[in-house]
Amino acid sequence: MHGRVKIKSTAQQEEEKRKEREKKLKAFVSARDAVLKKRSAGEHDEEALQLTQQLLSSNPDFATLWNYRREVLLHLETLREKDEVQKLYESELHFIEACLKVNPKSYGCWHHRSWVNTHLPQPDWTRELGLCDRCLSLDERNFHCWDYRRVVVKESGVSVEQELQFTDRLIGSNFSNYSSWHYRSTLLPQLHPQPAPDSAPNTSPSPTTSPQIHSHRVCEEQLLKEYELAHNAFFTDPNDQSAWFYYRWLLGRAEREEMISCVYVSREEERVSVAFSKPVHAQLEGLMLVLDGQPQQVEWRSAHPRLRHSPVWLCDLPPSSISDLSNEHNLTIHWPEKHTHRDCALYTGSAESWCRDSATDQELFRSELSVEKSSVLQAELQSCNQLLELEPQNKWCLLTIILLMRALDPLGHEKETLAHFQTLKEVDPMRSTYYSDLCSKFLIENTILKMEYAEVRVFSLSNKNLTTLCHLDQLLLVTHINLSSNQLLRLPPQFAMLQCLEVLEADDNAIESLEGLYHLPKLEEVSLRNNQICKLSDLESLASCTKLIRLDLRGNPVHKTANIESELSQLLPLVTALAL
Amino acid sequence: MAAEDLPSQFDVVILGTGLAESVIAAACSRVGQNVLHLDRRSYYAGNWASFTFNGLLSWIEEYKNQQEVQITESEQVWRSLIDEGEDVVPLSSVDSSISNLEVFCYASEKEEETKAPLTSCQPVNAETVSEETNGDSAEAQDTVTGDDAKASDAKTQNEEHKVSEPKEEQHIPDISEPSQSQEEKEPQPISSPADPPVEVEKKITYQKLVKEGRRFNIDLVSKLMYSRGALVDLLIKSNVSRYAEFKNISRILTCRNGKVEQVPCSRADVFASKQLTVVEKRMLMKFLTFCLDFEQHPEEYQDYTEKPFREFLKNKKLTENLQDFVLHSIAMVTQQTLMEEGLKATQHFLRCLGRYGNTPFLFPLYGLGEIPQCFCRMCAVFGGIYCLRHSVQCLVVDKASNKVKAVIDTRGQKISCSHFVVEDSFIRDEQRQSTAYRQISRAVLITDRSVLPSESDQQISLVTIPPLEPSAPAVKMVELCSSSMTCMPGTYLVHLTCSSSGTAQEDLAPVVSQLFHVSTIPGEEPSEGAEERSKPAVLWVMYFNMRDTSALDSSSYSLPSNVHVCTGPDGSLGSDYSIKLAESVFLHILPDEEFCPPAPNPEDIIYDGDGPQSEGPGFDESANTEADKSQAEEEEEGAAHEKSPSTESSEPAEMDSVTQQAPSDTTPSSEE
Repeated sequence: MHGRVKIKSTAQQEEEKRKEREKKLKAFVSARDAVLKKRSAGEHDEEALQLTQQLLSSNPDFATLWNYRREVLLHLETLREKDEVQKLYESELHFIEACLKVNPKSYGCWHHRSWVNTHLPQPDWTRELGLCDRCLSLDERNFHCWDYRRVVVKESGVSVEQELQFTDRLIGSNFSNYSSWHYRSTLLPQLHPQPAPDSAPNTSPSPTTSPQIHSHRVCEEQLLKEYELAHNAFFTDPNDQSAWFYYRWLLGRAEREEMISCVYVSREEERVSVAFSKPVHAQLEGLMLVLDGQPQQVEWRSAHPRLRHSPVWLCDLPPSSISDLSNEHNLTIHWPEKHTHRDCALYTGSAESWCRDSATDQELFRSELSVEKSSVLQAELQSCNQLLELEPQNKWCLLTIILLMRALDPLGHEKETLAHFQTLKEVDPMRSTYYSDLCSKFLIENTILKMEYAEVRVFSLSNKNLTTLCHLDQLLLVTHINLSSNQLLRLPPQFAMLQCLEVLEADDNAIESLEGLYHLPKLEEVSLRNNQICKLSDLESLASCTKLIRLDLRGNPVHKTANIESELSQLLPLVTALAL
Repeated sequence: MAAEDLPSQFDVVILGTGLAESVIAAACSRVGQNVLHLDRRSYYAGNWASFTFNGLLSWIEEYKNQQEVQITESEQVWRSLIDEGEDVVPLSSVDSSISNLEVFCYASEKEEETKAPLTSCQPVNAETVSEETNGDSAEAQDTVTGDDAKASDAKTQNEEHKVSEPKEEQHIPDISEPSQSQEEKEPQPISSPADPPVEVEKKITYQKLVKEGRRFNIDLVSKLMYSRGALVDLLIKSNVSRYAEFKNISRILTCRNGKVEQVPCSRADVFASKQLTVVEKRMLMKFLTFCLDFEQHPEEYQDYTEKPFREFLKNKKLTENLQDFVLHSIAMVTQQTLMEEGLKATQHFLRCLGRYGNTPFLFPLYGLGEIPQCFCRMCAVFGGIYCLRHSVQCLVVDKASNKVKAVIDTRGQKISCSHFVVEDSFIRDEQRQSTAYRQISRAVLITDRSVLPSESDQQISLVTIPPLEPSAPAVKMVELCSSSMTCMPGTYLVHLTCSSSGTAQEDLAPVVSQLFHVSTIPGEEPSEGAEERSKPAVLWVMYFNMRDTSALDSSSYSLPSNVHVCTGPDGSLGSDYSIKLAESVFLHILPDEEFCPPAPNPEDIIYDGDGPQSEGPGFDESANTEADKSQAEEEEEGAAHEKSPSTESSEPAEMDSVTQQAPSDTTPSSEE
């Protein structure tokens, strides 16, 4: 046909391509063998550079070749004049750049580039920065480039302001970029640090002597700008989590100071229990107990052998050291490493005594978002509520609102919080268990607060859909606990921290394991009706509770076990009132 | 050269080199059809053409000196070629698609000179343009074959001295214009007295515009390419995209309450917008997200079927602000547009976002006129034959079948063909069912700065201008910077387009004076008012109306069934209309062939010369292998670059490897 262009058939093309590939492979393999031979012969010459260059241009992830190249370069460096060395390394940079064009995510290339730049007599960091910017504009999530860029920035002394502007630019072009937001969070405290606490008197109602460390904070003026930036991002796209995470960071995250929060001493057991603000390993901390001025040799153990790091540690005093009711004793726990100690006086006639910080001290459970002033938090809560009106199904917004409410007034917002949790579970069923656990945690916190206000040692939290138990270290002094009608699956090892517990009610749960009912010295009565205790062995830990006399196990599968009654009386000979 | 130079038989003869005709030519040639592609003009692309400034001045001159052409005795010459049983359908030799052309110059003539010697300072007014417009196209026509090769040589010489003597360049001696001697010249009615040039800040003089005229590529039609529109898809599918380069439209602006501001349309724009409250941001994003797949949520809109889109927007709780953005700048529809159409337009806009950048549009470097030429080039690569300044006088119709069997060209040669494709402007009124047309109003401005200056002075902006008053049409404005290779550095080329309600000047002058500083009194400096100062000054402006025949279809003409009429450019922003038209014509001609299948890679083409290359004498070029062809093309492109050096090439050489991939320059390639 006239003028019609003739085209090779597909088979012809395939065949040609196949041949081409074979040829390439052959060339590659022979070059590779030649290079490896040269290396084992210890040859460090120009030819080695050329050969490795050929190979690396087609496969930049061949780490051995980069190593060999470095050996050759180091050798050549010793032979040449300074400006020749500069040229040598500059051409190396050009070569790497070519490799990066083939594969911008090659570990070998980026690593080699850092190495070359540290060996270059006169490195051109501006150019390197330009290269990073170019690479990041092509792929803003290339973490290899981000890593390399950090090196360049450090070496070239780019100002923090410029870097902040850099993140502005990246976030402006696409705010779904964790790297930029995170980078921002490291730059802001350097650029706009929070003024020292004494210079700015705290006007918020919270006590100024907070037990928290404020770290990596940013001055308020800048913070307000950052809040606005985050608002812009999550109002534009509320499903994008990067801005929400940044927002959480902005709202603050305080760390509790490590301290001894409670010392409890019981005459009868001749035992001391110590609670810490964070889980510690008391055996390694060099904890010291001084009784009436006399240092005591005691053995610290955690409340449960499975807890190696624990917020509660126990020790037994030497026999008869405090058993006489008519004596008064002074006890001091020293924590030399943290330069802190706590005293506790056991008065005449008292069977027990304690010294502790109250949990009603608001800071305790607000530690996640507590650093901000409440006026700021209030404003943020309003913004989030505004968004929630527009996006009632948005999980990030709901979760943030819950956190803000907790930071502001956990008890006052309890009802709303529970409603939001319900919505969260509906809109994000994949994470409903997570939300249930979080909700349980908050409910427990609230109940602890209520208990503290009432100044009682009774903890009651029944019929609240609890799925997990936490903050058990705060319940060290509780004597009665009611957890009935929840969804608990187990009494975890931490339950053994309830050293004063006398009565436990946990009916109508789904408890399978009683691991935590372990060496509870005062436990007398346990009610576990309608749970999922199946095997006799599940009850074994109860044997360590030497005061246990009443046990209700009605409605548990374990009653089907053969000879259950005789087995039980053998296991728990002291239990006099057993209901099966 | 003698008329006998052309072969006397083709599969398809195509008259007119506008976008639709060129696409059809490429598509037919690609699947092995024997194509003859003609245009009576001396440049490619018809009303889609781009001109250098000087080329445009010549085009205007032609328009002013238009001639009424009459069918003359030359008929007799070809009468003899008509056999028994054949009928003749004459074609029009007058292109009446442009009207109401007016030109005003505000750039000072020279530093102190106030005379008005040159053409462009006189408003001209006429109903028709001449058959032949010798204005030169910016591009050397490498695909010109045979006798036209000479003409393009002549043209190049032309361009060089046109600057000083425009009048003398009107008629290039060319034997391909046999009818010219018969043309009667009609003096132009001059509608208003000559406007003396006005001095504007002495920066850019008229002289300078003329001197730098080759840096301009001024489109007659102003369109953008939707990045997921039919044109881009076709360019990718057919590999024609390799013949051109593209740039992103960098921002979308609108004019509200007399102020130009940026329209937040992408996610990043919305995030960064300082004009919107956070709640507005949410509402806008929510609405746009819904529009992306609105079909999935019929409950959201079903109550609004047959109701205006605007009402629907109101119901979606969008603030007035946002309603304007969506209606005018994103959907780009009117107050009256119905909900469904508005939603579809919004969806199309949004789907195009982000493919090549933060706006949905691309613009071809060197102007839109490049695109038809790219398709012509592909047609030529596959053996199509090109003749400019060469038209068809009449069709020879077989009476029995009522089908065209041949055409008689302007040199009196009878060329047989099985299909004839023709641009609408060649059709005589007798063949039309109706001669009432819609019109497009156009204005082309050269200005001295951007309507919304920003950090970068190299922005390509689409400005959507809502109707100034309820009855007025909405205006689409495209502001091109010099890096788009359409104007000289330091200037902006501004295109305004709307559907006509009056003449172009009546429609568009109010918008121009709202957004730009237009001098009214000779020698007047921009008034001291800050507002006037801040507006860009108009250096030069041209108004004209272009006929919009896009509403016509085959039932609008009484023509044989194998004559396919391609209507000219439509008034919309994209080119989808013309591409769809081209495809439907192609499928009409060749129902069993694929429309523009991907062109093969050069390395897959077999070069052995033993194929039956049955080309006739006089067009050796078309017989060349593609390798030669593309080499020629490269040379040509090189020349074009020389003419207006790329701004990108000023990157530091050492950053070559990575920096060269400037993200703003996007060439559509197969889907990433």
